[in-house]
Amino acid sequence: MKLRFIPQEEQPKYQNRMQAAASASKSAVVGIKPRDALAGPRKAVAAVEKANVCITAKDHLQKKFDQVKAKVDDIESMEKKVESGELQPMPNQVKKMARKQEYLDKRSVSCNITPRAMTDSKYFTTTKKGEIFELKNELNSDKKEKKREAVKKVIASMTVGKDVSALFPDVVNCMQTDNVELKKLVYLYLMNYAKSQPDLAIMAVNTFVKDCEDPNPLIRALADEDPYVRKTAAVCVAKLHDMNPTLVEEQGFVELLNDLLSDANPMVVANAVAALTEINESRPLIEVNSQMVNKLLTALNECTEWGQVFILDALAGYKPRDEREAQNICERISPRLAHANAAVVLSTVKVLMKLVEMLPNDSDFITQLTKKLAPPMVTLLSAEPEIQYVALRNINLIVQKRPDILKQEMKVFFVKYNDPIYVKMEKLDIMIRLAQQNNIAQVLSELKEYATEVDVDFVRKSVRAIGRCAIKVEQSSERCVATLLELIQTKVNYVVQEAVVDIFRKYPNRYESIISALCENLDTLDEPEARASMIWIIGEYAERIDNADELLESFVEGFHDENTQVQLQLLTAVVKLFLKRPTDTQQLVQRVLSLATQDSDNPDLRDRGQAFEMRTEFPFLRNWPAGKSSTFFVARPLVTSIEESSKYIYWRLLSADPAAAKQVVLAEKPLISEETDLLEPSLLDQLVCHIGSLASVYHKPPSAFIDAARAPLRTGVAPGTNGVSQVENQATAATNGRSAAQSTVIPSQDQMIAELLSLDLNAPAVGAPSVAPTYNSAVPGLDDLLGLGDTSTTTAAASQPSFDPLASLGLGAPAAAPPAAVGGLADIFGSSGLGSVVGSSGYVPPKQIWLDASRAKAMQAMSGFAVQFNKNSFGLVPAEPINAPTPLLPGQTANYSLACDATGPVQKMEPLTNLQEKLLKVSSVIVMVYSEIIENKFI
Amino acid sequence: MSTSALFILDLKGNVVVSRNYRGDVDMACIEKFMPLLVEKEDEGTASPVIYFNGISYTYIKHMNLYLVSVSKKNLNVVLVLSYLYKLVEVFCEYFKDLEEESVRDNFVIIYELFDEMMDFGYPQTTEGKILQEYITQQGHRLEAAPRPPMAVTNAVSWRSEGIRYRKNEVFLDVIESVNMMANAQGTVLRSEIVGSIRMRVVLSGMPELRLGLNDKVIFQQAAATGPRRGAAGRGVELEDVKFHQCVRLSRFEAERTISFIPPDGEFELMSYRLTTQVKPLIWVEAVVEKHTHSRVEYMVKAKSQFKRQSIANHVEVVIPVPSDASSPKFKTSVGSVKYAPELNAFVWTIRSFPGGREYLMRAHFSLPSIMSEEIEGKPPIHVKFEIPYYTTSGLQVRYLKIIEKSGYQALPWVRYVTQNGDYQLRMN
Repeated sequence: MKLRFIPQEEQPKYQNRMQAAASASKSAVVGIKPRDALAGPRKAVAAVEKANVCITAKDHLQKKFDQVKAKVDDIESMEKKVESGELQPMPNQVKKMARKQEYLDKRSVSCNITPRAMTDSKYFTTTKKGEIFELKNELNSDKKEKKREAVKKVIASMTVGKDVSALFPDVVNCMQTDNVELKKLVYLYLMNYAKSQPDLAIMAVNTFVKDCEDPNPLIRALADEDPYVRKTAAVCVAKLHDMNPTLVEEQGFVELLNDLLSDANPMVVANAVAALTEINESRPLIEVNSQMVNKLLTALNECTEWGQVFILDALAGYKPRDEREAQNICERISPRLAHANAAVVLSTVKVLMKLVEMLPNDSDFITQLTKKLAPPMVTLLSAEPEIQYVALRNINLIVQKRPDILKQEMKVFFVKYNDPIYVKMEKLDIMIRLAQQNNIAQVLSELKEYATEVDVDFVRKSVRAIGRCAIKVEQSSERCVATLLELIQTKVNYVVQEAVVDIFRKYPNRYESIISALCENLDTLDEPEARASMIWIIGEYAERIDNADELLESFVEGFHDENTQVQLQLLTAVVKLFLKRPTDTQQLVQRVLSLATQDSDNPDLRDRGQAFEMRTEFPFLRNWPAGKSSTFFVARPLVTSIEESSKYIYWRLLSADPAAAKQVVLAEKPLISEETDLLEPSLLDQLVCHIGSLASVYHKPPSAFIDAARAPLRTGVAPGTNGVSQVENQATAATNGRSAAQSTVIPSQDQMIAELLSLDLNAPAVGAPSVAPTYNSAVPGLDDLLGLGDTSTTTAAASQPSFDPLASLGLGAPAAAPPAAVGGLADIFGSSGLGSVVGSSGYVPPKQIWLDASRAKAMQAMSGFAVQFNKNSFGLVPAEPINAPTPLLPGQTANYSLACDATGPVQKMEPLTNLQEKLLKVSSVIVMVYSEIIENKFI
Repeated sequence: MSTSALFILDLKGNVVVSRNYRGDVDMACIEKFMPLLVEKEDEGTASPVIYFNGISYTYIKHMNLYLVSVSKKNLNVVLVLSYLYKLVEVFCEYFKDLEEESVRDNFVIIYELFDEMMDFGYPQTTEGKILQEYITQQGHRLEAAPRPPMAVTNAVSWRSEGIRYRKNEVFLDVIESVNMMANAQGTVLRSEIVGSIRMRVVLSGMPELRLGLNDKVIFQQAAATGPRRGAAGRGVELEDVKFHQCVRLSRFEAERTISFIPPDGEFELMSYRLTTQVKPLIWVEAVVEKHTHSRVEYMVKAKSQFKRQSIANHVEVVIPVPSDASSPKFKTSVGSVKYAPELNAFVWTIRSFPGGREYLMRAHFSLPSIMSEEIEGKPPIHVKFEIPYYTTSGLQVRYLKIIEKSGYQALPWVRYVTQNGDYQLRMN
């Protein structure tokens, strides 16, 4: 006997994948770890010798086929080369090419006798010409076997994106068969092409009708009393509603769905609930009432896991009549917290969080329930990383809404080395939210550990987190500062300086002793953020740092190599230094200003220059209270939008009025709030109603990211949700067209920088709620932010004949406006403010200006709003007509956003920044609002 | 709250198979997915949900495939993610492993499964065992065509009727994984047990099972006091329990009994979690002496801190080393040590490690004279082990009652094992 010869009977029989799977699962022993069980059937012995040795008939055929194919390919490429003259064929090559037809014949033969056992992947490989024609022939073949193969090929082509719609009639013909597999294949094809070929699709209907009489429910349902049909039908109603809502309503399908809710079969109930919820989202047709809730709660115990999610999501939309009912629902759904499916758990959490709002806060029931909530959420952190991520985003909401639930669970949020980065980041967020005096030591030692990891973003965030801890837990600030110092000394200093800046701001004059340590490590600063922060520190504490001028000078050396943020910061710091020590730093400041204004292409930088100049231009600044300088910063966003406007006003500020400059530049620092980036309460309430959904991941109301026309209007049970729709609208306005920036506990880099830059110019007014100021459109809020006067200031200003920028800040009543008009205005718009909203520590909406007319006193409905700008220095004109919904009833509020661009006629205005704007109400009375875009736009 | 379309993509982002469920999203939007993902990864802001241009992409990665769901609505993300994982599970049951090749090999059945498991974006039947009864690969004549089993729409959607075995048996495995995290100072930061009771059911008919554990699941106390062994180890307080969908949850809530009609074959009946104050089962200390530019030396001490009668099997201590370390030298009295450059670590393997022992080993590596520029992280020490006949929590199966109307006798078998979960000890 030959060595290595394996007798035929000993060779393993070929098994297809299904058979192999079946035989393998039988041999698996319980207790063996799943990964062992997956090892699969043993390979053929012959395969040990050679990985891809042919064992079965199929393999041999495939091999032959491949060989022939290789030859044909070879010949074809040779032919091409000969044609293009690239190759002078040798005699043997000519011979080879002559045999092409022979190979081609061979190939088609081997193709035909391919055994059925061959896997489906082969259908993906045929790319011959005339394929459609070939397929057509095969589809019309008499042999069922061949027909089925052909349909499979058609579907394979469809899958890879080839257009096989030409075969529609042939494929539909194949439908008349008693072979279920073939039938299912044809349906697959039909579903894909029915829309594009409606006329032909009708051909198929006849067969469908015939199928409906088939005794097999599988066949019927593909087109009663079988639940399989009913559950499919339930979803079908939702489909139909999606295409033709009126038909569904007219035919009373919705009522039928409602009846299905009482179906004996839980699967049918689940699908009916899903369908109803979906229909209700687009148009509330059926109200969820307590009777229905009872049905749903009963079905909950018997449904599949998915059905339970549908039911729970439907329950989330129900508002119980009273406390008792709410409590009853809580009791009946809370067992779901023990379900293995994460979706069931989170949907349960959602309903519970909503219902808890209805119950008195101090009841025993609440205490019990909140205790029940923590363990399942902690368990979600052992789930797959993607699910962990979603869970963490939701826990972030829950921790804000009810901090008590997870306050004991700090340790579970400690970051593991092998967590994916997105999980690490979210855990960090929650750690800071949960940081308290009793756990701060642990948190800090963790954060210090994280600061030595590899991932730069994670390290940055960890370092910033240390700064946040110092601010949040005052008792720990000392320890935080020490930790930061250690990090500097171990050369982990990505953003240490940034964190230090925060601490300096929060606790002025307490930790300045570390400045010297910071200054010693200047040379290791690679990160722009760190450099910018360090420069801020030097400027801010210039009087305490003996060699501040030398240090700044060393930065000025490489001025043009720095990025803009650093340049801006440097500019400001040098000016600060100059104001504090005017005698010996004259040269330095001149050098920086010339670098910034004359040699720089950057409009932002030049604009910063203007700020100083403007202050000299406007005498009011002399008397400007130190705290009011925030105005300068308010309109920064606008500046970037009107780059052409750049003028070099910088110089004059310093040369003409250093005193004013001093007041402005060295104004008091705003306080830092302890909790940053908390979500605005009504938004939070709304998001809690959306736990587990995309909204909870984005931390945005659904209207901000889905098609507004089809947005579900879900109102929360929670108090304070009245303003929800308003908030939504505004949020939409604010987020439209911008990529979804996620709100996090720790401000992003850009925000940090914006904050830093605004620091020196911003005033304590910023101490006002730093929570997402965008949502706060109330005029007083605006005024606060802008440092504007109230109505009385305004009136006073209006009566002044000469131009006064202070007045123009308040509202538009410039000298240019006729007094009469102002009077009329005052009647209708009690006070209107115009300014751009600036988030001091939250975020800065780019290029947005609010024209607020919220105190209109109109007694009748107004319509036909329009806006018109006068000629101005920047050519600023509306880019689109105002698309206000009309009419606007008294007491109603609406927000529109209006895009502007700078393509209009330009007329130099005195002062430069003066802009007139009219808000026209066209229907009965014409109202004009002259508003100024205040000088403060330009910083 | 429903998925508009599902895609299976290869690593380059090309579509292998797709299914459009609702037709409200342009299917071409998937071309944006891979560039977006790459962009987000470069920015370091990658997350399992990506939003772009009105469309939310939710995805998971499995082997060399991406499974992506797209939607324009505010869908239930957890539902989608759980469904995607379920899809992977079912595909694996069908084709052994889910990868590009197996998808191409089985695209027809995948289309069918796509169709049967989800309708208009709503998940339907997802029990692999049940699906296999009527969604099959081989062609069937009408006479023998499989009807969807009653189970598809029954309240018991996970078990078919008419299952027959000659010998009725049930195997129960209680597997506890210990997750532990300790910092470099030797403080245990976190220590929890994630337990799982897996079953293999070989029973005829529709048996009704009732499982008794020595648990003391009292939620009110769990949150406040943490887990504790009851007097004389009689009861264990489980902090959180999760059950397979076959378990009647409301009954568990009311009477604390675990009653269910099991699926056929293997499945995970329940999982539980509890935080332990117990000493880490295996404690490892590593003293590292690093002489930059020349060599690095390790002295590793492993200590077993469980009772003497038990034995840990297949203990592996994985100790990370710098990536540029070379020429390893090891010295140990027990077990064997191997350098695993692919892990940047060396692995100390001890076949059998009885309780209450302490072993030592030493390692020596050379370091290059020129240091690499790259900053390296500080990966922790990992420990793997398996302790049979032992549960850390003290959980025990008290009884398993099997009642079937035909009244057969069935034998339950129980095994216990404790193994490592995510077991990390940070290094200095």
